[in-house]
Amino acid sequence: MTTLIQYLQYLLNGITLGAIYALIALGYTMVYGILKFINFAHGDILMVGAYAGLFIFTFLLGESTNAAWMLIAFFIAMLLSMAFCALLGMFIERVAYKPLRNANRLAPLLSAIGVSFILSNGAAWLFGAQSRRFPYPFDDTPISIAGLAITPHQILTVLVSVIMMVVLTVFVNKTRMGKAMRATSLDQSTSELMGIDVNKVISLTFAIGSALAAVGGILAAFDFRVYASMGTMTGLKAFVAAVIGGIGNIQGAMLGGLLLGILESIGAPLFGIPSALRDTIAFAALIIILLVKPDGILGKNEREKV
Amino acid sequence: MRILETQEVTRAFGGVVAVNQVNFNVEKGLVNGLIGPNGAGKTTLFNQITGMDVPTSGKIMFDGKDITGLPAWKISRLGIARTFQNIRLYNDLTVVENVMMGLHSKVGADPFHGRFIQAVKSYFQAGKENRELYVRALEWLDFFDLSHLKDEYARNLPYGNQRELEIARALAADPKILFLDEPAAGMNPAETAHLMKIIEMIRDKGITVVLIEHDMKLVMNICDNITVLSFGQKIAEGTPEEIRSNPLVIEAYLGKEDEE
Repeated sequence: MTTLIQYLQYLLNGITLGAIYALIALGYTMVYGILKFINFAHGDILMVGAYAGLFIFTFLLGESTNAAWMLIAFFIAMLLSMAFCALLGMFIERVAYKPLRNANRLAPLLSAIGVSFILSNGAAWLFGAQSRRFPYPFDDTPISIAGLAITPHQILTVLVSVIMMVVLTVFVNKTRMGKAMRATSLDQSTSELMGIDVNKVISLTFAIGSALAAVGGILAAFDFRVYASMGTMTGLKAFVAAVIGGIGNIQGAMLGGLLLGILESIGAPLFGIPSALRDTIAFAALIIILLVKPDGILGKNEREKV
Repeated sequence: MRILETQEVTRAFGGVVAVNQVNFNVEKGLVNGLIGPNGAGKTTLFNQITGMDVPTSGKIMFDGKDITGLPAWKISRLGIARTFQNIRLYNDLTVVENVMMGLHSKVGADPFHGRFIQAVKSYFQAGKENRELYVRALEWLDFFDLSHLKDEYARNLPYGNQRELEIARALAADPKILFLDEPAAGMNPAETAHLMKIIEMIRDKGITVVLIEHDMKLVMNICDNITVLSFGQKIAEGTPEEIRSNPLVIEAYLGKEDEE
């Protein structure tokens, strides 16, 4: 029999998973907010981030087993991986999307799918098809609190995600660059007349989204290991999370990610869904939200004006 | 004194030459009119000057600098502001926020090119900077008698007020030249009279005005000089009196009399 404690445990696991979805969903939603374009290569950026993080981390670690250095090395690896993915994101935008900005809306979408294939197949070719374990930067023995088992990596995941989201919120709301970003998402050509360099804003958006995806990839790697196609399903679900929250809306991506993580974790035992069918929950949720509130939970209903 | 001139500017869309080797001169501190029948290429010329579009050939000189082909955001930072035939406001922002956006390019360093220290400083002063912007935006709203509407969403304003707000926002960027594309379109006579006063006030502030307008009463009353375009070409240039009596202009507007 499933008890309350067990459900609380599912909730906890769901929050951890949801935090990761939220980080990745932010990249989809920010790009959509500004370009009205869905960057289907975003999921593969998180894979690149996980690989970069893994390689830098194991390189820095070497033979060392010093506990403090392990943690420091992990954060250095995370920051470097973020920087690498930020550059990669800007590069992809410049090469694969910018030339198509005035083309048919379908063209950049197809280009994104192409980039996605290049990244995932490139990774499979370079690093092999086998999956790799991402070592914990600490002893991951679960801590027992009131009958709940909390692992240190779950704490790390939630902590890092919350910090990232707070920093992003402050950046978007308080800085001039953030203001330029919000203005551009409201109206691109008018913003240009206000002296805002829209190309830079777009580059920056890709950089931030990709850096957040790198963090999401590393955190996801603790649970799902690192492999070339790891971004496909996780990326797709993060996209679903962005749509549920209201695509284009930053708070919506955070909320949607969290909700989807909790729903996936609790939904399976609650509705008696076999764990093999767990992935269907996200897409069932997508269908329901599209039927009930197509603009997402926090999305605004924007009808074309006549 | 000439503050801006286009030299032989041409813009062709495929086989259609919308602007054909136009030399358009803007005199500093005056109200410069740009008129012509529909489809004469007036807005296209505006678009070339403000960086919304790139000329096929020709040069645009502003304050002695060649600005041909610069992106719109750079041209805006150089001090060229404009409004549109179809109003372009941030509909989902309030009136005062719209004007604050106009101030964006003016206050503080360029958000991307500023020095790192400045960027950090401006971050910690964001609250203060916003308060300053707010106060200055209110001053502009006062200038246009729009202060009582400051917290209204731009989309909810009456049409005439939206036009005024667009002009207020353009002026907030402290431009050297203001390009107005048919500001009186859709206005009733009272609103047009008010607009005329506003344009005079803008000129008295020392800001050069370039005006595209179909309301001939407005144009003839307020413009210091007028340039006439027809089918993409400049056909006349001069004072309102000269333009009024120019046979080429009359022909462009009314058509040629059939000769028996």
